[in-house]
Amino acid sequence: MNLFFHIGRYFELMRRVIIIPQKASFFRKQVIVEIDNLGLKSLGIVVIISIFMGGVVTIQTAFNTDHPLLPIYAVGFATRQSIILEFSPTIISLILAGKVGSRIASEIGSMRVTEQIDALEVMGVNSAGFLIFPKIVAALIINPALVIISMFLGIWGGWLVSAFTDVLPLSHYMSGIMLEFSEYDITYALIKTVVFAFLITSISGYFGFYTKGGALDVGHSSTKAVVFSSIFIIFFNLVLTQILLA
Amino acid sequence: MIKVVDIWKYFDNNAIIKNVTASFEKGKTNLIIGQSGSGKTVLLKCIVGLLEPDNGNVFYDERNFTKMNIADKQIVRKELGMLFQGGALFDSLNIEENVMFPLNMFTKYTKEEKLERVNFCLKRVNLGNINHLYPSELSGGMKKRAAIARAIANNPKYLFCDEPNSGLDPKTAIIIDNLIREITKEYNITTIINTHDMNSVMEIGDNVVFMYSGEVWWKGTREDILHSSNKELNSFVYASELLKKLK
Ligand SMILES: Nc1ncnc2c1ncn2[C@@H]1O[C@H](COP(=O)(O)OP(=O)(O)OP(=O)(O)O)[C@@H](O)[C@H]1O
Ligand SMILES: [Mg+2]
Repeated sequence: MNLFFHIGRYFELMRRVIIIPQKASFFRKQVIVEIDNLGLKSLGIVVIISIFMGGVVTIQTAFNTDHPLLPIYAVGFATRQSIILEFSPTIISLILAGKVGSRIASEIGSMRVTEQIDALEVMGVNSAGFLIFPKIVAALIINPALVIISMFLGIWGGWLVSAFTDVLPLSHYMSGIMLEFSEYDITYALIKTVVFAFLITSISGYFGFYTKGGALDVGHSSTKAVVFSSIFIIFFNLVLTQILLA
Repeated sequence: MIKVVDIWKYFDNNAIIKNVTASFEKGKTNLIIGQSGSGKTVLLKCIVGLLEPDNGNVFYDERNFTKMNIADKQIVRKELGMLFQGGALFDSLNIEENVMFPLNMFTKYTKEEKLERVNFCLKRVNLGNINHLYPSELSGGMKKRAAIARAIANNPKYLFCDEPNSGLDPKTAIIIDNLIREITKEYNITTIINTHDMNSVMEIGDNVVFMYSGEVWWKGTREDILHSSNKELNSFVYASELLKKLK
């Protein structure tokens, strides 16, 4: 498809989105509403997935590194690193791309097809900025928080496995997760999270905003929002990892 | 007063609006009539700038709207209210918040003043005690009236209505027509209404523009319509057998 057309139109839209809001008090209120809608309402899924994935990563690592030359605490170390570096920032962002992206695209898309966006425009409201900017700001604030929660819970999932099964002794897990901790890893993870948060909300906002037609097309837009947000997350994950860690 | 001069609008190389020139007076209900597909909605969207005309200019009291940049357009738009064919109320807001929206956005009124204005507008359209209902909980006619309340909330100088009474029973339709007309006179608004309802035309058609396949085919007042010899206008006006006989 004409990718360049979409990229051009996306940047043109972003120029209308990222400007000083017409009414600051209204904007602040919207941001808080969106933090609730996009962030707090996703907390449940983040909690469940993080705990279980932390547990599974621990078990997998334990079984696959069962070698006399590797110290047992390496399991804890590997679990912590994969959760902080990759699992929490990237996988949680992909999950949010599905949950939040489809919500944004269908919300804005249905406003488009029922002329609510036209109504905003006619009133003199910058509809693109009004609808999309608070969502972007909300995600930039709340997604890092979700990812940090996910890191703790993921590591706790590993703790649960060590404490209640005989996959590995708890003391070894504990010394593993405290081994050679580098703060830069967290910084790297949060930079990724922030970039992904921007990609999810702006790409989904884009597909919602340019929905054409009726209810069926709203569905198409929200599918496209999820697909393209995910693709760009994966792509930028590679790019950022190369830039920040290499 | 709104003037449109030589407006053309194309979709995929089809001219949908052809060379439309017309003026719409202040304090009058100006009607654009014509059969379905004649281009009324497209013309209205060109006037308010939701569609960019391919040629021609729109003037709001001598201000050339078409030539303005977005910032200047937004200033003019704060002076206009629009009623969409489907109402276009904000689903996520209740009726009170819907009507209050333009006030929240563009005025510095206190909370109490805004609420007072909202209740005044809702009363004006005969909607009481529904402040906390959501658009999905209203009937079609109530939605239309709530949308009118939102359109007039911020004292517009220009009011646009796209088929204000489509889908309504004849009695409610007349109530809404008269409401729009009263508001127009009361606040000296320049009002443009799209309709294909002959009842409305005869009730409130101060000035009438008849569109036929994208062109202005006839202009006049409602009194003139009955005596016009324009073939297409007559076939639009006297569409029903009953009316033909009456003529
Ligand atoms: N976005 C668009 N793209 C292509 N063609 C369009 C578009 N919008 C309208 N048209 C065409 O323009 C013509 C006029 O449509 P318009 O909606 O103005 O009719 P109308 O007079 O408002 O009819 P109705 O009374 O049924 O509302 C129609 O033939 C329609 O197919
Ligand atoms: Mg129409």
